[in-house]
Amino acid sequence: MIVPGLIVLFIYQYLPMFGFVMAFQDFKPAFGISGSEWVGWDNFTYALNLPNISQVVWNTFYISVLKVIASQAFPIAVAILLNEVRMMLFKRTVQTLIYLPHFLSWIIMGGILVDILSPSKGIVNQFLGLFGAEPIFFLGDADIFPYVLVLSDLWKDFGFNTIVYLAALTSINPHLYEAAVIDGANRWKQIRHVTLPGMVPIVVLVATLSLGNILNAGFDQVFNLYSPSVYETGDIIDTLVYRTGILQAKYALATAIGLFKSVVSFVLIVVSYVLAYRIANYRIF
Amino acid sequence: MVQNRSLSAIIFHVFNYAFLGVMALLCVLPLVHVLAVSFSSSTEAEAGLVSLWPIDFTADSYRYVLNKPEFFKSLGVTLQKVSLGTALNLLLVILLAYPLSRETKEFPMRTFYAWAIVFTMLFNGGLVPTYMVVRETQIMDTIWALVLPGAIPVFHVVMLLNFFRGIPKELVEAAHMDGAGHWTVLRKIMLPLSIPALATLLLFNIVGHWNSWFDGLIYMNSPENYPLQTYLRTIIIELDFTALGAMDAIHQLENVSERTTRAAQIFLGALPVMLVYPFLQNYFMKGIVLGSVKG
Repeated sequence: MIVPGLIVLFIYQYLPMFGFVMAFQDFKPAFGISGSEWVGWDNFTYALNLPNISQVVWNTFYISVLKVIASQAFPIAVAILLNEVRMMLFKRTVQTLIYLPHFLSWIIMGGILVDILSPSKGIVNQFLGLFGAEPIFFLGDADIFPYVLVLSDLWKDFGFNTIVYLAALTSINPHLYEAAVIDGANRWKQIRHVTLPGMVPIVVLVATLSLGNILNAGFDQVFNLYSPSVYETGDIIDTLVYRTGILQAKYALATAIGLFKSVVSFVLIVVSYVLAYRIANYRIF
Repeated sequence: MVQNRSLSAIIFHVFNYAFLGVMALLCVLPLVHVLAVSFSSSTEAEAGLVSLWPIDFTADSYRYVLNKPEFFKSLGVTLQKVSLGTALNLLLVILLAYPLSRETKEFPMRTFYAWAIVFTMLFNGGLVPTYMVVRETQIMDTIWALVLPGAIPVFHVVMLLNFFRGIPKELVEAAHMDGAGHWTVLRKIMLPLSIPALATLLLFNIVGHWNSWFDGLIYMNSPENYPLQTYLRTIIIELDFTALGAMDAIHQLENVSERTTRAAQIFLGALPVMLVYPFLQNYFMKGIVLGSVKG
């Protein structure tokens, strides 16, 4: 029963891992892995000496940390507010609408963003123009680009991220609220003393697990929104690997960078799972 | 909860409903705007006069898009990918999740295989080596390149195996007493009881296959084989009309502009997902919560 799945996994997940030997070779596609020359750590030293490598690693780290913070704080707030809504029809409608962007691809979302953020025709700049603001080139200005990434990522996924927090809220014992009300707590005090403490475990868990993703700043999103004018602040490890590896066909160099990323990510994920188990008693299965 | 009708409570509720309403609108208004642009005439759209309602209503941009052979070709590839890919994913995930959900005494190697599978979720070969393997297995430029490399979403296996484990053991034991083998248990007990989880996975797979574009971009050498989203990318994101020879055609049509056709295609690319997901929403809310957060 288990065999077909294992075969597919072996071919498309485990075989590529052997491909990592390319990182230690002067890989020439014509000779293949067996025929190419071994060069030791040369590809890694070369990668470390690329002029923009530290900037790219920093971008990746900076963008994903901002995303982790935003994509936790905002959905928690929305979940708490949704939880206070008593009109079920309203609650449901809001939920359905805020989940929607999560299910659209970054091609679609990117297309929408390119259109509404355009400096000349975009509706956002027209709206800002009503207040006398100069048109802003959101997707072409290296100073703003990282924040456009964080905000558009938040826009796409905050609704979906509220699901987990909403579930955590429903599991808080209602007696706690009744007790708080008897003690004279108003709505704010209930939120501060009952709701928030009740959410701490799940918040800690999600934060811990997101540690493993710190080197994934969102390839789909960045790749579909960036342009050479924002490479300085917007280029991340994954997009760099794509451009050097596939477009410029520097297979060995791209594999070396990819190996570096896989190893660091692996360590981070294992650490985050161990922490999640220790702190929140979380297990994958 | 006790309802109090104090002034501060009323202010809070007004603020709360307004805030959530604005959030919900922010999620859909950009789409409504794009829809309005797609139904407007080119002059108004290019002049930036359209906000949320079409000006000078026309369906010409849709007529133009739907008359393009490339659009239908890529739609065909996508439909093939969605049906074949979803079927394959679900089949393989079920076949992996069932044995792994059994106890160690029934399936002694369970822990080893479970970790071997989870390991691929934690560590992967990276872009270039995976690309090389796909090339070596001779499936470049075929539909298989779009469905095989990602045929096992490990996270789905974990979700489903957790769901299977939540099904009372007594049911399975009773079935074994009656002489049922594992295939019968899977078919007659596990699957019917897992409908919510399976519906969730079905939705995720359909949406995932419909939305994916990167595999099309790297594994398909010729643009005729691009699935819809990859094809849309060449038009919506790269703004590279000349590559597909569409530039001349566009200027021949009076009422169609780059902006309105782009809007029409964005909308067409999003439409099926918008139609499917509300129906399965109830399932996936339960499914996600059961699969990812336990206790």
